[in-house]
Formats: sequence, structure tokens, C-alpha cells
Amino acid sequence: MKQVLEGSHAVAEAVRLAKVQVISAYPITPQTHIVERLSDYCADGTIKARFLRVESEHSALAVMIGAASTGMRTFTATSSQGLALMHELLHWSSGARLPIVMAEVNRALAPGWNIWADQTDSLSQRDTGWIQLYCETGQEVLDTTLLAFRLAEAVNLPVMVVLDAFFLSHTYEPVDIPSQAQVDEFLPPIIPRIQLDPANPCALNQLSPPNIYMEMRYQIHLVMQAALSELEKFEGDFERIFGRRYGAVEPFLCQDAEIILVTSGTITSTSRQFVLDQRAQGEKIGVLKVKLFRPFPVEAVRGYLKNARKVGVIDRNFSFGAGGIFAQEVRAALYGLARRPPVFGFIAGLGGRDVTLESLGEILTRLKTLKRPDPESIWIGLQEVQLAGPKS
Amino acid sequence: MLEIRFHGRGGQGTVVASILLANAFFKAGYYVQSFPLFGVERRGAPVEAYLRLDKQEILIRTNVYHPDHVVVMDRSILQAVDVSKGMKKGGYILINAPAVPKGDHWNSAFRPAWVDATRIARDNGLGTRTHPILNTAMMGAFARVLGMPPMEAVVKAIQEEVPDQVEKNVQAAKDAYLAVEGFEI
Repeated sequence: MKQVLEGSHAVAEAVRLAKVQVISAYPITPQTHIVERLSDYCADGTIKARFLRVESEHSALAVMIGAASTGMRTFTATSSQGLALMHELLHWSSGARLPIVMAEVNRALAPGWNIWADQTDSLSQRDTGWIQLYCETGQEVLDTTLLAFRLAEAVNLPVMVVLDAFFLSHTYEPVDIPSQAQVDEFLPPIIPRIQLDPANPCALNQLSPPNIYMEMRYQIHLVMQAALSELEKFEGDFERIFGRRYGAVEPFLCQDAEIILVTSGTITSTSRQFVLDQRAQGEKIGVLKVKLFRPFPVEAVRGYLKNARKVGVIDRNFSFGAGGIFAQEVRAALYGLARRPPVFGFIAGLGGRDVTLESLGEILTRLKTLKRPDPESIWIGLQEVQLAGPKS
Repeated sequence: MLEIRFHGRGGQGTVVASILLANAFFKAGYYVQSFPLFGVERRGAPVEAYLRLDKQEILIRTNVYHPDHVVVMDRSILQAVDVSKGMKKGGYILINAPAVPKGDHWNSAFRPAWVDATRIARDNGLGTRTHPILNTAMMGAFARVLGMPPMEAVVKAIQEEVPDQVEKNVQAAKDAYLAVEGFEI
């Protein structure tokens, strides 16, 4: 049934419907509403799960690792500094092949202390072996959380469902909450491949010397690649039951587009409006939304971008000394093509600064004027900044 | 699309007012989007919340800079914040006040409307004397001034979304609906 639901509560409803067995989290803004609602549900019996209160995010993920190692369906949520504190155990979760699902509300890292939307927290965990899915709407948040459990348990890798602080986590909008029967059809109970059991004692995660470690890494690589086709398969099931489908990437009016903006998260939604406005003025422009970041959908990105005249990647994140992170990935994906469009990298909306239709207008103007991309990213809406650093 | 901006102080239910109205519009067949402008949350500090409504799906996900109408939960905000900033001409500024507040905070470009939501909330026993709960009264006044959403949708939203004192909240909305002044019928 459709109702007006907060983005954070869309996550909580999906976790309820997924019949999660163990939940542990440490509160941090802007993720708080997710675990607040889940702890209410556990307290009043709506969810029959163990909710474990812990003293830090590191411990929360440690609880997930313990519970998932006994074959439980597990869920946690965090943001920013909390995710950073989990870093060691993020590697552990994927290395141990545990199907943990986490909601990650994108928030800027401190200092300067900032609670607002910025993707650098999740993107700086890109090499930890977690599948990452970025969401655009409250409905997509709910649906993606359900998909995440199915995917995680199929490939035995942890999955991060990523949503923008406030623009999604605190936004109320109509969301269709599916029935328990529908969700049960899509997401059967977990059949664990890893299950510690006192009746059948074994040890996990023992010393892995050089003669086997490399093969273990390659296995993770293989299953990470397989996640692409698995996601597509599950999206097919999802569409059959719920009538909605998203895709690892989603083109919006890209077919004849000369200029394509590449976006993720809620900037995509505003970009759709921008493209509709510009199309009405005769501009041949489209948007390619990237939902799946790990594994990176190289073939799909190539397919949709290869015929564009120019590509502009909008990054609400930054890798110091390199540039916008999605832009790096898109460039790397296109590099293998004999004929490829130039990729221009734009930085916008860091630390929750609003990315408006005017910001997108500035990006389009730059794209139309500039002949060749500079390796340097173009920062949008930046006030004058003095170099504070080396003195000559 | 209509865009509404809410001004209030932390703890006055400004964000809840925008969410309740979003629910009422949704029940009346609109697409809605409601969210707070998150700042440093503390009781008494100025806060803002936004509401968008449209007959089509709402794609834009930015803050509201050019609201069609403005709702002011606390008239002392008028001294601290330019509530008409960026507002479209001809829009209503609905203020919680016993009479139209004096001052140069608006001019002929905007239409003030006012309702003593504080008194209505107290009369209905909502909240405490020093911290009355204003949001349902402001909803009722809003519905009268804008001519939407219909009162049935307002009542339904309160019945479904307000956790307690439902009847008193419905009564506050109805009282404010009748009491609001300053708008043109």
C-alpha cells in the first residue's frame, strides 16, 4: 500500500519485511531514524529479531560478522565516521564471505564537522569487497534493501545500500510498501553456506598462506563479477512480483543525446527534471544514472556512453590528489574503446551543498564551451579560495 | 507544482506540520515531498521545512528557494528571519499570531493571514501552556487560506498519523479553520 514515508523508514520497512534475524547498530546522524524504527519494531514484537546494542560501529559490524557466521540474516546501518570506524571489519566481512546487508547514509567526513550529504564516506570503502548500490528515491531505497538480501545471500558477499543524507534519509514521499506475502515470494529464508554450529564444530578464517591466499582473492573477484548477472536475474524476479525495475545503470533520454550527464543518488532525480527542461529548449541531452558502483558495470556504461559527443560526470565526492571518484571509474571503463567520448569531471554538492537546476545549468554551459577535458576536476559553485600551504 | 516553506523554532513541530500536510495532500490525490532543512538542531533555534505538491511525479530534489506560500509557526521569527525571502508574488504568509503583526517584513507583494494557533492549541489542551503543540491548528488554518487540501483529508491525516489526543487535534484543526483571518474568500 502506498503511503507517505520517510527514506529512513523505507529502509526499516524493508528490513521488517525481509524478516531479518539479527540487528546491531550504533546511532549516528543522519542514519539514526533507521535503527530507531527498527529498535521500536524489535521491542514491540513486530520484528522477531535480536537487537544488540553496542558501544561503537566497529562492535556493531563485529556482531554482524558473528551472527552471519552462524547463518543468520543480518542488518546494520551507519554513516560517515561510523563507516570509517568499521573499515577493518568491512574487509573482514567480504573476506569471510558473509552476506551482511548495511544501509549507509552518505554523510561528509570530519573535520570540518558536517552531517550533510557527501559520498566520500562510502566511496572511500570501494576496495573493501562490498557490493555498493546507490539509490535515488524512497521507493528505490525500500526495493534495493530487499534486493540486497537476495543478492548478498546468493553471492556470499556483503552489500551496502547507499542513500543521500537528508535529501533521501529525511525526505517524506509516497512509497509503496509491499505485502509480506509478496516479499516472502521474492525473498525466501536464508539458506546459509557458512554456519557455525556447536553440534558440528569447525573453525573459520584460519591462517591462509601464500599458496592459497591469492586463489581466495580471485574467488572473491569472480563472485563479484557474477554479482552483475545475479542482480539482473533478481531484478527480473523483482519486476515480476512488484512491477518495478532499476538496472545497474539506467539511461534517461540517452538514445540520441549528444551530451550525457553521469550521476548517482538524488542528483539524478534533479538531473531528470533538468534534462526535461533542456529537451524542451531543443538540447540533445540525457542522464545516465549509475546505481551499481561495485562491481562497476563497465559494459553497460560503455554501451550507453560510447556514442555521446561529450560526457559530464557529476561527483558529490572527492579523492584528494586525483578527482571525482565516479569520473575516474567512467574514464577507466571507456579507455578500452577505440572511439570514446571525452569525459569531463565536475565536483558539486560536497558536504550537503545543494545541487540545483542552476548548478546543472552551469555544468551544461561548461560542457558546451570546453573543447577538451582537463585532468583537473571542475568545481561548481566554488567561492574564491586561497592556497594555504607551502610557502616559497 | 506548489512549494511551501515552513518557518518555526526547534521543538514547535514545524517539521511535523509539513509532514502532516504532506499526508493530507497525498490523501487528496497529490504527489508530495516534504523534508526539513537540517541545521544544528536545538530547541528554540530557527528551523525550516519544505513541502512540494504536484499532480505529477516530483523529480526535483533541492531545497525550496522560491516558495509559493510560507507558514510561520512563531511570530518572533519575523524579527530573526526574512520569511518572505525568494517568495513568489501574491503568495500567502500564514502566521501564528492573534493579529496581523506590524512591521516591514512584507509588503503588498505578499498576503498575510493570521490565526492564534497558540490559543487554539491551549484551549484544546494540546501540549503544555509554555509549549503548546501548534501543528494541527496550523494545518486547519492552511486548509482554509489555500482552499486545499480539503478538511476531510486534513482530518484523515490527523487520525492516521497523530499518535495520541486525536480528537483534540482534529478539533484544533477545525477551530483554526474557522478562526483564521486576513485572507480573501
